[in-house]
Amino acid sequence: MSNSNNYYIPEYSPWPIVATVGLFATAFGGANYIQQATGKLVYFPGGHWGKYVFALGVIWLLVTITLWWRDTINESIGGLHHGRLNVSYRLGMGWFIFSEVMFFGAFFGSLFYTRWLVVPWLGGAGSNAMTHELLWPNFQAMWPLIRTPDGTVTQAMEAWGLPAINTAVLLTSSVTLTIAHHALLEGRRTRLALFQAITVVLGIAFLFLQATEYHHAYTHMGLTLHAGIYGSLFFVMTGFHGVHVTIGTIFLIITLSRVLRGHFSKENDFAWEAAAWYWHFVDIVWLFLFVSVYWL
Amino acid sequence: MSTVAATHEEHHHHGPTGWRRWLFSTNHKDIGTLYLWFSFSMFLVGGFLAMIIRAELMEPGMQFVDPEFFNQLTTVPGLVMIFGAIMPGFVGLANWLVPMMVGAPDMALPRMNNWSFWILPFAFTLLLGTLVLSAFAPGHPEAPDFGWTAYAPLSSKYGPPSTDFFIFAIHMMGISSIMGAINVIVTIFNLRAPGMTLMKMPMFVWSWLVTAFLLIAVMPALAGAVTMVLFDRHFGTSFFDAAGGGDPVLYQHVFWFFGHPEVYIMILPGFGIISEIVPTFSRKPLFGYTSMVYAIVSIALISFIVWAHHMFAVGMPLAGTLFFMYSTMLISVPTGVKIFNWLATMWRGSLTFELPMKWALAFILLFTCGGLSGLMLAIVPADLQYHDTYFVVAHFHYVLVTGAAFSIIAAVYYWLPKWSGMMPSKVLGELHFWNSLISVNLLFFPMHFVGLAGMPRRYADYALQFADYNFWISIGAFWFGLSQLFFLALCLRCAMKKGEKAPARAWEGAKGLEWEVPSPAPHHTFQTPPVVE
Amino acid sequence: MRSRFLRTTIGLVSLVFAATAAAEDWSTRSNLNLRPGVTEISQDIYDLHTFVLWIVTVIGLLVLGLMLYSMIRHRRSRHPEPAKFHEHMALEVFWTVVPFLILIAMAIPATAVMIKMDNTADSALTVRVTGHRWKWEYEYLTYGQQGNLGVDIMSSIATPLDERETPVFASGLFPYGTAKDRAGQPAPPKDHNYNLTVDHPLVLPSGQKIRFLITSADVIHSFWVPDFGGKQDAIPGYVHAKWTKIPPGKEGTYYGQCTELCGKGHAFMPIEVKVVSQQEFKTWLDDKVKEAKAAPDLTPFASLDEAMKAGEKVFTANCAVCHGAQGQGGIGVPMAGAEFFTDSSHKADHIKIVIHGLNAMPSFKSQLSPKEIAAVITYERNAWGNNSGDLIQPADVNKDEGGE
Repeated sequence: MSNSNNYYIPEYSPWPIVATVGLFATAFGGANYIQQATGKLVYFPGGHWGKYVFALGVIWLLVTITLWWRDTINESIGGLHHGRLNVSYRLGMGWFIFSEVMFFGAFFGSLFYTRWLVVPWLGGAGSNAMTHELLWPNFQAMWPLIRTPDGTVTQAMEAWGLPAINTAVLLTSSVTLTIAHHALLEGRRTRLALFQAITVVLGIAFLFLQATEYHHAYTHMGLTLHAGIYGSLFFVMTGFHGVHVTIGTIFLIITLSRVLRGHFSKENDFAWEAAAWYWHFVDIVWLFLFVSVYWL
Repeated sequence: MSTVAATHEEHHHHGPTGWRRWLFSTNHKDIGTLYLWFSFSMFLVGGFLAMIIRAELMEPGMQFVDPEFFNQLTTVPGLVMIFGAIMPGFVGLANWLVPMMVGAPDMALPRMNNWSFWILPFAFTLLLGTLVLSAFAPGHPEAPDFGWTAYAPLSSKYGPPSTDFFIFAIHMMGISSIMGAINVIVTIFNLRAPGMTLMKMPMFVWSWLVTAFLLIAVMPALAGAVTMVLFDRHFGTSFFDAAGGGDPVLYQHVFWFFGHPEVYIMILPGFGIISEIVPTFSRKPLFGYTSMVYAIVSIALISFIVWAHHMFAVGMPLAGTLFFMYSTMLISVPTGVKIFNWLATMWRGSLTFELPMKWALAFILLFTCGGLSGLMLAIVPADLQYHDTYFVVAHFHYVLVTGAAFSIIAAVYYWLPKWSGMMPSKVLGELHFWNSLISVNLLFFPMHFVGLAGMPRRYADYALQFADYNFWISIGAFWFGLSQLFFLALCLRCAMKKGEKAPARAWEGAKGLEWEVPSPAPHHTFQTPPVVE
Repeated sequence: MRSRFLRTTIGLVSLVFAATAAAEDWSTRSNLNLRPGVTEISQDIYDLHTFVLWIVTVIGLLVLGLMLYSMIRHRRSRHPEPAKFHEHMALEVFWTVVPFLILIAMAIPATAVMIKMDNTADSALTVRVTGHRWKWEYEYLTYGQQGNLGVDIMSSIATPLDERETPVFASGLFPYGTAKDRAGQPAPPKDHNYNLTVDHPLVLPSGQKIRFLITSADVIHSFWVPDFGGKQDAIPGYVHAKWTKIPPGKEGTYYGQCTELCGKGHAFMPIEVKVVSQQEFKTWLDDKVKEAKAAPDLTPFASLDEAMKAGEKVFTANCAVCHGAQGQGGIGVPMAGAEFFTDSSHKADHIKIVIHGLNAMPSFKSQLSPKEIAAVITYERNAWGNNSGDLIQPADVNKDEGGE
């Protein structure tokens, strides 16, 4: 249904409800998968079907989102995305990234609370002298917490090895992505594709190095999810970051493939910019992580 | 089931019909209707479960359920009411009204809008399923039983297996809310008709702008909190375990960082609604529009720094406790400004008391009662006697039931003519109003007394001296529950197009773009934006 | 009609102030209002509460009054021409600044009381309070110059399980009647201390400052005795201090309850405090210290029957809530007919689990004496048709305890 406002409103679409079925399968399957895989607190005993339902849900979601965005891309190519709708997409992406920032914020908040308040309290600081004396008399407060109150020992991840390299990798990738963006604005397609491809390669390199770091932590350093609060925060924070890098890399690959097909121009590049913003966000989160989880 | 009739003589409606219309919709009116019916049905489901609680608490001793199931009954209905009734109710109102009030053709991102809605029935199937299975399945696997607040380690180390479904249901609801809020913000910032500056927007739109911001900012924190619970449960992390260097109170900080703005999310749109209704029936413009805007913005901003007033008993250092006491007391100033401004709107106006106005006036008085008990709770030494007693239960039910729920009901009465083209039945409406007003006070006011006298909350059984009050509270509960059936009948009647037809401007003093379009509003409105002076 | 109803309500609220006569006896206390309690802090809190309550009542009445006045005076039939004003700077400033000043007036006394409550120094007696699911544990740590007292009391609800009319422990809707009903007996009448009395109360001296060190062994609980004023959450892994001082002349029995949801037994873990004179307390404490220092009673059971009788008592008070009154299970594993409890090869493991705990099951080492542990294990291995023939003696248990 056209409207003289030039603001495109799709008449109807089956993708939202179809996606919801996938989301439900992912959630329901995911919960069961985790229970059945860890063997703890299993609601539906006997069986390992959780991971199949979860996988089905994820695939279903990916397929639906692809079909949904195919519709959106066609609308964009059809010239329906100019003007206000473009602004809507930009605002939407911006606010979405803000919600992701707040998600990480909850974990950074937990990190600072634990480091500056909880661990000293367990060591007897402030009003918690008796906590230390009565419950954890042998505990010494320090950060990184390499020896927990109940005696688990671990090691801290050194900032200036792999993590520093990863920082360089991500920072470089942001630079290459910016170069690619300028190339897009100037209409230099080959340069655009090249630098975007380099960015993708750097993203994959980051993930590879991160996986190596995790492997090293698990096998040689005794730094695991089970290694007390330091291990918990380390893996959960860098882990979620890694998930976001993965999503960002996939997003960049998709827009790269669209670039190679001739999509995007100076006037019509929202999706490309959205991927770029996401990538820069991921980079900035890494900088905060590097400083507060690895370095200080 | 249709509360919106396309007016065929106006334009050709090429959209889908039948079940496809509701499943595949991208229309803000249809999606708003979906949200509102969903919210109403969740209100009835949660209410029914609450009736079981009140049946059990009617007399001392255990008669109907055992203490474990009782704990499940105080957990799941709380989640249902908050995430299934109140929040979707306000989102439904936003969907229906915000585009029309700003002169936009629809919400900014219509397909995402539909997705936000459809996630909810699936998420609640996951959650309510655990309770149904707990009641009827062999072995009675326990549903979540740790209160809607889900404190660790009760939820992490000691939570039943169904806790993981609860966690994933919360994630789904969070995704729905965040996407819905993004849609609202983008619509308000980007799709306003020319000439409608921010300071010319209706108060309801302002209230949703601020609410949407709060939603985007704090739902991720809830996601973080329940994710940490999931990890502590299954992956051996120590977020909430002192033996590993963690702290159970960390959960409370992260949860209430979400939780406190959440309760403002559940009331600010209500404030917006009252600010629309009172001027109409006072035939006078809203008093102090600018300060109302500042008040609502400052309430939202201050709400970020008060969260630990839910945690005064955990043993925070004195400096922290003092800070949160002061910030909490502070938030009553802008709230008071709003209440006085509503009174000043009425003052020397020309008042009539149609049903929406009745509900709005009940809101003003009874929400004030709830707000004042909240001020009492802010005073830390006194709070250390009120905390976790029925005094708190009284407070939050006053602000949530006679506050948020009454405002949603007021909104329905006010805008039903616009949605359905029919005036709500006066007879059913009066029966609904008076029965609800009296019974809700019989239900919740005595809770102040039993709480002060020492009855703790989340108790399956209580000391004998609280017996009389509990009996009358239960009577009030059943009465209030039954009174909502008048409302159901009234809504169905309008949906089935029975009764008096409504004109475009259904209420004489009503102002705003939504009253310029016919009643019922056509399927598509403001395809050409109006010009606002 | 509505205004009449509201006026009645306001009348009731005023009763609040009338009904605040000193009501120290638990059973005759006020049903409408906070209690002044028996300590200086509880009285301070009560005064603060009354002060704030007056202020909010006046504000509430003001709002009500203005609303009612306007509804009557400015209704359309009496005021057909609406005024046009919608701004008034001075008024708006007024009702922003004045509430702010009222808040300051409330904040100052509140802050003073908080500072007073925070000062736990110079206490004569220190008691460590530990919340368990679902009972309290009180350890007397130091009294005056005496340290290392070693007195450890477990305090559980005294009302027996079937008299609490708790239905079958498997969760579910309408589990059909109470345990007593099923046994064909009527439930006994409840007295006014129903669900409040315990088997071993907390004994405290009057006239001396007492410091509670509050923690938990499992989930978050909360320690609250209304008459003493204030509560403190019991957080596992952390210890938080709270002090109180009951003036001489206020000896007697006081009750409190757990005030943080902790699971199924949340409503069933009361706090009973006996406040006695300092002399009486000294005598009591000395007896308890002697008892604690004495060697545990290891006299063997003469017969399986003797052990079973003693064991049943221990089981009902400590184990039935999770394992079921008939051993049918619930939160805990079923015992009736289960191989672990019928096959004698598991005897040693059984003893280990009761002593050290396993997953959600707490350790009972400090809660039960070796004789009690021996009795209850014997009971579990022979009741409900288990008939393993195992007779556990206190000496068997003590070996394990010592070897820990």
